[in-house]
Amino acid sequence: MFAESSTALASGLVNPHPTSVGLYLERVSKRYGLLYALREVSLQIRAGEFVLLLGPNGCGKTTLLRVAARLCQPTSGRVVLEGVAPEAPESVRAIGYLGHQTLLYDELTGAENLRFFARLYGIQSESLLNEWLQATELWPRRNDLVRTYSRGMRQRLSIARTLFHDPALLLLDEPTTGLDQNGLAWLGRTLARLRQQGKTIVVSTHSREALAELATRYVTLAAGTVVDDAVPHHSAQP
Amino acid sequence: MKELVGSMGIGTATYWILAKELRAELRTRELLHTTLVFVLLVVVLFSFTFEPTREESRRYGPGLLWLALLFAGSLMLQPSFVREQNNDTLSALRLAPIAPFSIFLGKALANFLFLTVAELLLLPIFAALYDVTILPVLGEILVVLALGTAGMVTTGTVFAAIGAQARMRELLLPLLLLPLLVPVLIASVTATASLLAQEPAMDWTAMKFLIGFDVIYLAASALLFEFLLED
Amino acid sequence: MHRNGIHRSRLVGTLAVAALMGIAGYAIFFLAPTERTMGEIQRIFYFHVASAWTAFLAFFLVFVANLSYLVRRRPVWDQLAVSAAEVGIAFCTVVLLTGPIWAKPVWGIWWTWDARLTSTFVLWLLYVGYLLLRSLVEDPTRRAVTSAVFGIFAFLDVPIVYMSIRWWRTQHPAPVIAGGEGSGLDPTMWRVLLVCLAALVALLVLLLRQRFRLEQLHSELEDLRLRISANPGNRF
Repeated sequence: MFAESSTALASGLVNPHPTSVGLYLERVSKRYGLLYALREVSLQIRAGEFVLLLGPNGCGKTTLLRVAARLCQPTSGRVVLEGVAPEAPESVRAIGYLGHQTLLYDELTGAENLRFFARLYGIQSESLLNEWLQATELWPRRNDLVRTYSRGMRQRLSIARTLFHDPALLLLDEPTTGLDQNGLAWLGRTLARLRQQGKTIVVSTHSREALAELATRYVTLAAGTVVDDAVPHHSAQP
Repeated sequence: MKELVGSMGIGTATYWILAKELRAELRTRELLHTTLVFVLLVVVLFSFTFEPTREESRRYGPGLLWLALLFAGSLMLQPSFVREQNNDTLSALRLAPIAPFSIFLGKALANFLFLTVAELLLLPIFAALYDVTILPVLGEILVVLALGTAGMVTTGTVFAAIGAQARMRELLLPLLLLPLLVPVLIASVTATASLLAQEPAMDWTAMKFLIGFDVIYLAASALLFEFLLED
Repeated sequence: MHRNGIHRSRLVGTLAVAALMGIAGYAIFFLAPTERTMGEIQRIFYFHVASAWTAFLAFFLVFVANLSYLVRRRPVWDQLAVSAAEVGIAFCTVVLLTGPIWAKPVWGIWWTWDARLTSTFVLWLLYVGYLLLRSLVEDPTRRAVTSAVFGIFAFLDVPIVYMSIRWWRTQHPAPVIAGGEGSGLDPTMWRVLLVCLAALVALLVLLLRQRFRLEQLHSELEDLRLRISANPGNRF
């Protein structure tokens, strides 16, 4: 424990704003009452990988992402972010998490939502926010309450909220939810660009079709355990 | 355990959370309206249970006022964290590089302001209905209100975070909060009563008592609030 | 063999506590002098006050267990906390019941909104709230954490409520023990009170042990169920 944190701290000092972060799970279990959401999951995701997390509903994908994002404490086991000091603010900033729910305030406008979270991350730049509002095609509706948004619009705003602080590790829970063809194409382009930049990306989805051509690895969960870990055919040529 | 790792100062983070709470509340005014109507209702209903003479008003008025405020507060504080659960925005707050205590502080300050605004609007109505003279001791009354409200809000915001994780939370918060606030009720009523008496006087024992309560529970919240954010 | 040992020690403990309670009862009715003004009814004082002190001790245990749980995160501390809270409420209930029985002949009323009586009632409400909260939180870890925080808040309130008595007057016969000048307890009365206290603390330990054991069996059972549901094929 002691040795681990001191080496991690050293790497944190070398690399205060990490651009590449690996995610290691060591025998992670998460129990809710009588139910195991995750059971002894060990997973090594190296920096720059694009992992598609597959499996039916209730297999533990959401829990795995929440544990990785440090939003929930594993009952046993360890989660390590490689390349950042665990106690440094950077370890929090390194994570971009897109939740199952929107993580947005319905009673605030789109622009206000984005601005609020930007301030919490210490980002003052209005032009950055405007860029994201334009990229998500929410610019014309930026001053409307999120309550009035469609599911697809909320999803795009959520994705912007996840990505605007330029995290090195992206944990995306069903990012395609509610997106139309345009939205899907935009998400695909965005993730392709981020993959190019060397971000580590973990995406959960119940359908293999979406985003499949981007993935470098398929991890399949069932009943809280990893049942398949494979490299897709196309990934031989990047 | 997530220590105070926020590279941002705790004050700055508190400010942004407070601003967010105020903006959301000003847009809907749900809390303010419901609290105002609730307290008004209690104050009016109480006058039906007996026909207060001027003397009785003086005697029972302060107790009635504080009881109404306490009940209103225990109802009003509830949405504080339930709102953050609707779209799981609490997760977004926990992900942000801010000190967990700033989430508490921002919300507690917002709740304090909401309750204070409600109190300021109610004070003249209360004075008129119960025929008490408030103007000469207005400053002192406001201090008592502020100290009592601070005690309510500090404990209430923590309990709202506790209640949000339980079933039947709408009922649970008053059940947990009201017994704990008995000392605040006693001290606030005593202080208010001595200000509204024939010969108004400031009850310094009660004031010190209230300050003590506020400080103790603010410290306890600073130490313990973080635990309530875990999952 | 092991089971037998547990049964035997439990039997010995129960008998010892029963004997102590008998001695306390004897002391109250035959050794303690009759109080000058209040008469026979004053004999309820020994159980009333000793129960109050025992209840405080139990709630103090809850507080220590709550703190320890938050620091150490061992389920045993949570198990101890809930056990002590339940037993403490039982003793606190005794205080609240014997109080009015004493008050009726002496003050002429069952209940008076006197501060000390009221604050014991508040204390009782706080810990009933503690158990209520526990029953309304599903997840065991969450239940342990939220109730630990509430328990600490509740315990901090005890001295605050108590102090409000000293500052805002009361008609309770409070200053009898360790009160101001002119108060004082007959030495024999003191001794009887201490015997009662010893008996009730022994009872507290006995009940606490039983309740704690029950709580442990509960979580053992939960673990067993979990293991079965984890390996449906494996029937041990």
